[in-house]
Amino acid sequence: MSKQQTLADILQQQGITRRGFLKFCTAMASLMALPPGMAPAIADALSKAMRPSVIWLSFQECTGCTESLTRSDKPTLESLILGAISLDYHHTLQAASGTAAEAAREQAMEQFFGKYLLIVDGSIPLKNNGAYSTIAGVSNLQMLQDVAKGAAAIVAVGTCAAFGGLPHANPNPTGAVPVTDIIKDKPVINVPGCPPIPVVITGVLAHYLTFGTIPDLDERHRPISFYGDNIHDRCYRRPFYDKGKFAKSFDDEGARKGWCLYELGCKGPTTHNACATVKWNGGVSFPIESGHPCLGCSEPDFWDAGSFYKPLAEPTVDASTIAGAAIAAGAAAGLGYGLYDHHKRKKAQQEHKKVTVEDLGDQT
Amino acid sequence: MTEIELLSWLRGPGFQISVAIFVFGLVYRISQNLALGRKKNLAAPRGNSFSAGLNTIWRRSLFHEGMSYRGYFTLIAGYTFHLGFLVTLFFLSQHIIMFRSIFGFGWPALPPAIIDITALIGMAALVAVLIHRIQDPVLRKLSDYQDYLAWALTFLPLASGFMLVHPMEISYTLLLCLHIIFAEVLLIVIPFTKLSHMISIFIARWYNGAIAGYKGVQS
Repeated sequence: MSKQQTLADILQQQGITRRGFLKFCTAMASLMALPPGMAPAIADALSKAMRPSVIWLSFQECTGCTESLTRSDKPTLESLILGAISLDYHHTLQAASGTAAEAAREQAMEQFFGKYLLIVDGSIPLKNNGAYSTIAGVSNLQMLQDVAKGAAAIVAVGTCAAFGGLPHANPNPTGAVPVTDIIKDKPVINVPGCPPIPVVITGVLAHYLTFGTIPDLDERHRPISFYGDNIHDRCYRRPFYDKGKFAKSFDDEGARKGWCLYELGCKGPTTHNACATVKWNGGVSFPIESGHPCLGCSEPDFWDAGSFYKPLAEPTVDASTIAGAAIAAGAAAGLGYGLYDHHKRKKAQQEHKKVTVEDLGDQT
Repeated sequence: MTEIELLSWLRGPGFQISVAIFVFGLVYRISQNLALGRKKNLAAPRGNSFSAGLNTIWRRSLFHEGMSYRGYFTLIAGYTFHLGFLVTLFFLSQHIIMFRSIFGFGWPALPPAIIDITALIGMAALVAVLIHRIQDPVLRKLSDYQDYLAWALTFLPLASGFMLVHPMEISYTLLLCLHIIFAEVLLIVIPFTKLSHMISIFIARWYNGAIAGYKGVQS
């Protein structure tokens, strides 16, 4: 595909009708919380957009994010949009390997300096000079810094790139950090999730292609249109929470009736993502709809936030040992105080000198 | 520190610290009270001091004839607050989950709609007693910072908890953190402020009744 082709040309070649394209643009406008009138503007901008060069760097990751994007059961418009970008470097997806692959990256960096999009998945290890993860002998840290220099914007895809994710979990043996810990002088868009919802990634790309800017972000660099609400507030099981109807186990009557999964450890209330509205697998369902509590995978440090199956209201630790020790210490301290007081009184009694009338007589 | 990190700390080490200080403080206050001892009473007892003490614990909780308007207000508002607070604390399903994890057993919860009412009643009674405290010139003079601190530390967990179960424009995680912080601070200060009355009220009343009972006086 030539880089001079517009998105409209590419989509047309792939058999996407104008109607299908407009439907996609309307859906995108709605997802990005834009007014409905923006759909034609998106269509107009997208159809004229040139294929942007994208460099995709995979660091300490499990390839789940790439899998999530590419393994949809049928080709969707979103995946075609993704296909319409010029993915110049992605060492899992590209055909080239070794020196040729690295050469493609370097060429893209040079040719589109200041214009290419950098997508990162995976965290960056810092311990031992980043020796835990290298590509072609270059540490992840070095490669990120080099490629970021010429990037127009950086998209940190997945919880590992956005917040450190699993590699960052206690005790973090590799000293893993997210992209935002390293890159301070470029706009970074975090698209967390383990993995993130594919349409959220395409939504961010579509926004960039349409407006040439990055979407509105929250304080954690997440697009507000996708991460503005928590799962709990948008969950279709929320009415059961409000009524106090909870599934107590995975196979009880409450679970069969589709009641709230809060008591089974659902982290929906503390998790910001679009799962409850956009859903997965082409809108089929999302974890809670399948009967499993939300793990909170798009939040920082979700691996270290206690068991996935412990309700949010439950302490993550046992306090009985420490409470037992506190009882013993409290009793000892109280009795010790009593003994001290007893001793003080006894001493005062012993030191007490009787005052005689004669003693008083001298003063009068 | 992220909100999730703060929440993890509050549900872990923060919880252990506050429980440890609460338990230590309460046991210390009780054992200190008991260990202080009293001088041996050489007079022959004229009645049973133990049962008279128990009787006083009960009788002082009752309305009785000849109470002043102020007395009625204190008693009614006091009861209303305590009932609202304790029902909310012990019968909200999320709280029962916590108690079950601590004690190993739970009990049936009340529907959230009822807990909403008990929490609102508790807060309304707290506001009423605060207004009374400020308006009444004698009570105002008798009040020191600790009275207002105790009021705030009791009101805040209720208010933050109420906000938590109703959709708000504030982050749920942040509200949950605040709610737990308020609850844990309350636990920590209870033994060392007037809030230790949750235990000492029984000791003090029993002691008053026991003295009277020993002398054969009906308390």
